[in-house]
Amino acid sequence: MTPEQRTAYWRANLNLLAVLLAVWFLVSFGFGILLVEPLNGIRLGGFKLGFWFAQQGAIFCFVLLIFVYAWAMNRLDRKFGVRED
Amino acid sequence: MLSLQFWLWAIVGGSCALYIAIAFRARARSTADFYVADRHIGPIANGMATAAIWMSAASFISVAGLLAQNGYDASVYLMGWTGGYVLLALLVAPYLRRFGKYTVPEFIGDRYFSGLARLVAVLCLLIISVTFVIGQMRGVGIAFSRFLEVDFTVGVAAGMGIVLVYAVVGGMKGITYTQIVQYVVLILAYTIPAIFISLQLTDSPVPQLALGGEYLRDGAASGVALLDKLDQVMTDLGFSAYTAQKDGTLNLFLLAATLMIGTAGLPHIIVRFFSVRRVAQARSSVGWTLIFIAILYTTAPAVGAMVRLNLIESIQTGPVGVPTANVAIDTLPDWMNRWSKTGLLAWEDKNGDGRLQYYNDQNQRFAATAAGYGWKGNELTRIDHDILTLANPELAQLPAWVIALVVAGALAAALATAAALLLTIASAISHDLLKGLLLPQLSEAGELLAGRIAMVPAALFAAYLALDPPGAAAEVVALAFGVAAATLFPTLMLGIFDKRANGPGAILGMLSGLLFTAAYIVWFKGWFYFPGTAMAPDTPDNWVLGIAPEAIGALGAVINFAVAYLVSRLTAAPPGPIQELVEDIRVPKGTEPGVAR
Repeated sequence: MTPEQRTAYWRANLNLLAVLLAVWFLVSFGFGILLVEPLNGIRLGGFKLGFWFAQQGAIFCFVLLIFVYAWAMNRLDRKFGVRED
Repeated sequence: MLSLQFWLWAIVGGSCALYIAIAFRARARSTADFYVADRHIGPIANGMATAAIWMSAASFISVAGLLAQNGYDASVYLMGWTGGYVLLALLVAPYLRRFGKYTVPEFIGDRYFSGLARLVAVLCLLIISVTFVIGQMRGVGIAFSRFLEVDFTVGVAAGMGIVLVYAVVGGMKGITYTQIVQYVVLILAYTIPAIFISLQLTDSPVPQLALGGEYLRDGAASGVALLDKLDQVMTDLGFSAYTAQKDGTLNLFLLAATLMIGTAGLPHIIVRFFSVRRVAQARSSVGWTLIFIAILYTTAPAVGAMVRLNLIESIQTGPVGVPTANVAIDTLPDWMNRWSKTGLLAWEDKNGDGRLQYYNDQNQRFAATAAGYGWKGNELTRIDHDILTLANPELAQLPAWVIALVVAGALAAALATAAALLLTIASAISHDLLKGLLLPQLSEAGELLAGRIAMVPAALFAAYLALDPPGAAAEVVALAFGVAAATLFPTLMLGIFDKRANGPGAILGMLSGLLFTAAYIVWFKGWFYFPGTAMAPDTPDNWVLGIAPEAIGALGAVINFAVAYLVSRLTAAPPGPIQELVEDIRVPKGTEPGVAR
């Protein structure tokens, strides 16, 4: 791997992290804590939406975020020829 | 119908024998086996073992109780103890797996090119792991003593003996397989009663859906959602609504942040991801871990809400204010009489009407209404939320084997966590202190022996503290999360993401984060938690900006980051080979032929 490739790989990783961590913050601290009152005005079946994010929704999003990260990084590893098999 | 005592011996005794048998079959034969299971654990199996470690006695027993007691406010524990895994997967685990050594202090020592940094990291690790293990030993002791009808001291000793046998023999390799079995036991023990109780109270057998489902009144549809019903009965008795926020937003925010950052900095969790074969597996394995954890943590809110509703309805059996709607004291359910013997549940007939009133007597607006009913204060004078998970099967009148299974589950949760913590402590002593700093010439056989021996004093010390704990177990665990957030996580993250971070920065960063966090906690909780040594009462009026000691770790982390960043830039850059090491851990090694590196 050339130094340029290394830099490109790392930059792609950092961009991915920025997007995923923004979602992480939004669903937990955003929907679950800071915006919980306004969201509670919306119903999701028997749940108030803000309460649902705080007790269940955020956790489902966390699981998705990690698998999206693992999948995207596998693609990146393959693209740069550093996939370990 | 077989007796409860039979089921307890069969399920609890049988599961403990199984744990030991597995450890002997898969015992560690080398240091690589002992520290990282020879890096041969698959990502799903590793996820299951990590989930078993993560769900401690406190999570198994306390989370549903915290939710039942605090409603929405306890959501931050759910988010905090799961959201940290996102940080772990994205910012820590894959890079440390790529680094490819045995312990967390070893990474810090190598990356910062400093034996002192490694020593400070060992100190932080010991503070975190020892405080954490006390709570587990206590959990083991309570489960053994209450259900096998032996003294608490005997319970702790028995639990310690079992953990020691299988952790010393099995090492990381043996405990991995034991923990997989423990996960299965604890998740069955948690979900089976939850499904039963969901079917009793709602139209759905799935606890996650039942929480948002329709409330069934004695099996008939009521047209009211479960949570609305709960909000209703709670406000009728002067409590705040279950789904409403009570605590300050800043405190909730910082508490969630502290638990998340702390989770991503716990050494006994991080090392689990050293035991998979490849970097890509370290990433996906964190995801599997979180799936297995989420099964419990999304079931807990349903258990919490339903236990609270069941508790209220077993006391307030009809409309509020009608005298006969309150349960008569001589017809209280069996489980209440049984638990009152532990002192964790207590009542007192203050108005002498022979019936029990359970309401919020701190609510001034409700006081006049209550007085109008002839009520003279809340009569359920003590209810320790820790008993709710254990009492849940009795509360819902489930069969004896379910009750025994819950005990085995609580025990599995405590044993898995305790074994992992003891192993982490032993590794820090044998690998970092002895082999790394004091006796570099130690042979592999000598190091393996030292690791095994080091577990014994660690276990004895933890058991001693568990017999006479300086504070409630849950409070002491808060210190572990605060310290992990303020010390190890920022140092690990900067070590990977900031090439300019150096030894002096890391050392001063860790020490300032540790001192700040420990000082704030000690100020309100007392020196080593001994009562009477606190500088100020531990109440919201005294907290700075309403920030609880449990929530301060996030600010400690900010201080650590700031100090490490500034000091690193005011002192010499790390030497060339260290900067290359950082370059290396950022990219997987790659094995495809013909690719130049």
